[in-house]
Amino acid sequence: MAPPFIRIEGVTKRFGTFTAVSSVTLDIRKGEIFALLGGSGCGKTTLLRMLAGFETPTEGRIFIDGQDMTGVPAYERPVHMMFQSYALFPHMTVEKNIGYGLKHERMTEAQRKDRVREMLELVQLTEFAHRKPHQISGGQRQRVALARALARQPKLLLLDEPLAALDKKLREHTQFELMDIQHKTGTTFIVVTHDQEEAMILSNRIAVMDKGEVKQVGSPTEIYEFPNSRFVAGFIGSITFFEGKVASVAGDQAVVDVPDLGGQVTARAVPGTAPGQVLTLALRPEKIAISRARPEGPNAFEGTVDDLGYFGKDSLYKVKLASGKVLSVLSVNARRADERQRVAAWEDRVWLSFEPGAAILLTS
Amino acid sequence: MTESPDIAARHASARPSKGGFLRWFNRRGWADITIATPYVWLLVFFLVPFIIVIAMSVATRTPTSPPFGFGGDHPLINTATYERLFSDSLYIRAFLTSIRNAAFATVLCLLIGYPMALGLTRVSKSWRNILLMLVILPFWTSFLLRVYAWMGLMGNNSWFNKLLTSAYNIMAPEEWAVRSIQMMNTNFAVVLVTVYSYLPFMILPLYANLEKLDLTLNEAAEDLGSRPFRVFLDVTLPLSVPGIIAGGLLVFIPASGELIIPGLVGNPSQPMIGRVIQDEFASARDWPMASAVAVALLLLLVVPMMLYSHFEAKAHEKRAMEP
Repeated sequence: MAPPFIRIEGVTKRFGTFTAVSSVTLDIRKGEIFALLGGSGCGKTTLLRMLAGFETPTEGRIFIDGQDMTGVPAYERPVHMMFQSYALFPHMTVEKNIGYGLKHERMTEAQRKDRVREMLELVQLTEFAHRKPHQISGGQRQRVALARALARQPKLLLLDEPLAALDKKLREHTQFELMDIQHKTGTTFIVVTHDQEEAMILSNRIAVMDKGEVKQVGSPTEIYEFPNSRFVAGFIGSITFFEGKVASVAGDQAVVDVPDLGGQVTARAVPGTAPGQVLTLALRPEKIAISRARPEGPNAFEGTVDDLGYFGKDSLYKVKLASGKVLSVLSVNARRADERQRVAAWEDRVWLSFEPGAAILLTS
Repeated sequence: MTESPDIAARHASARPSKGGFLRWFNRRGWADITIATPYVWLLVFFLVPFIIVIAMSVATRTPTSPPFGFGGDHPLINTATYERLFSDSLYIRAFLTSIRNAAFATVLCLLIGYPMALGLTRVSKSWRNILLMLVILPFWTSFLLRVYAWMGLMGNNSWFNKLLTSAYNIMAPEEWAVRSIQMMNTNFAVVLVTVYSYLPFMILPLYANLEKLDLTLNEAAEDLGSRPFRVFLDVTLPLSVPGIIAGGLLVFIPASGELIIPGLVGNPSQPMIGRVIQDEFASARDWPMASAVAVALLLLLVVPMMLYSHFEAKAHEKRAMEP
């Protein structure tokens, strides 16, 4: 396998006694969109700033395209950044902003102009070339920032919360635009975000961070469907946790005693599952089926509808189990039905069931 | 005053209701009075005296008290003062000396004050307050006292002058040796003391401007390949132009009309305009001439001010257009 394009090797960053980033090791491939996902203060922005050269790692090294970045100042790195605030130069036109980095490239004035025009076309802002940043909309500013960062054809583009400053409708549109531009240019993107949906849609791979550490690295599917810890499972999407104890293991199936569910659950075993082991069983709302009649097979539990929310395309049921624990169930409203014909209403007795593969077993 | 009828109208409309005046005062009056106060102040203490000065400048000098009058050979308007203003080289030279000294002082204040203001924005918060206080600290001593202190330092027999003289004599060839360096009563002394006195007026507006600048812009420029000095030229300097203009005017305008500094340390044979006005008023008792010089000085200073406020208004308009 080819060496990774970007290698973050045991990087630690301390500010006084506070450890912002704690021995992070990550390999990022060429041409991928990689997301650093985590809540505020998890160290994702510090890691991004170390990649850009604004902060120096206390320990560890960063390699970009095989080149050690230790001691290389920000202005000499083949890395450009799209700032969360966009940081457009207010005294320069859109065109000048985009062309700013090109001043340092060895190219003729004509080549420079061509490149700026090319970038303006890429982000569809040709007619706004002579406007100042305060004369264009937020979404347009975001595109100027992107074009400016891409103009010098960096090896790596860093995006700090690229969509945070946009309103909801614009975000959805911009997300796809961003992916499209990444596809066209083939630039490696590292995106920092606190928004899990943004990370899932945009990126090929995600690193989930917490308290300066990387908790899990994987594709959006891996992170969502196969989280390796309670933290990751809880951070991405909604989920309900149950305490359980392994009763038996047969092949790739484990039977787990879950007192709060009021019985035994058959789940797909994880490596190292052994009888007697205490672990956490996690269920996502959309993986559970809800019905009035008792379904066939294992993993069926009875409860009462405590609360329900109707969202149009789907409904969320909060079902109270015999143990008193409330389990969230998301059910797609596949059938067109009026209120009386619905699967369940308040106070109805219902059956919940799920496939063995749906339950996530977590040992940490 | 356009405000007064307005206030009266609102007052009148509020009157029929119970407790009319208090109601008016609480509802609108407070705001109106606040807005009107500076206008009234300007009217009473600037516009009216200025009209008197303009009137005086076209009056005729008489041996009476007050020493001017209207009528006689020149009914109402006598332009003799203005004719003298342009024909007598004394006035033109005084204007040129004033503007040259003030311009030198302004440029020096900028060159010294800019790095200081920039430094203030880059130090920690606690240091910043201490340093800002040090900038303002000289104001706590009498201005006159500080000018006298400089006179003591610059005098030919002072330790400071002796120190500079011996340093000069060591470095200069022997035939150029001097007994003392003539600093007092020169334009150099005027510029030096002006720079010392007006430096805070340059630093404070510059600091206020630089402090507001977004440092992520500097990071963005650095990220795009600019070395720190280039970042300064491309980002910090152009964005601090309003601060430079504000500081420059705050130094240039009072420095060109300065009376005390050139009076105490300046060259008596090259008077500055403030001195000329004083001499005409007090010694020559030629009030019309003094008024004409004052009017000319004001016009000279008002034109750059108006240019500045014009640019400011334009910049403000731009900011207001921001969505």
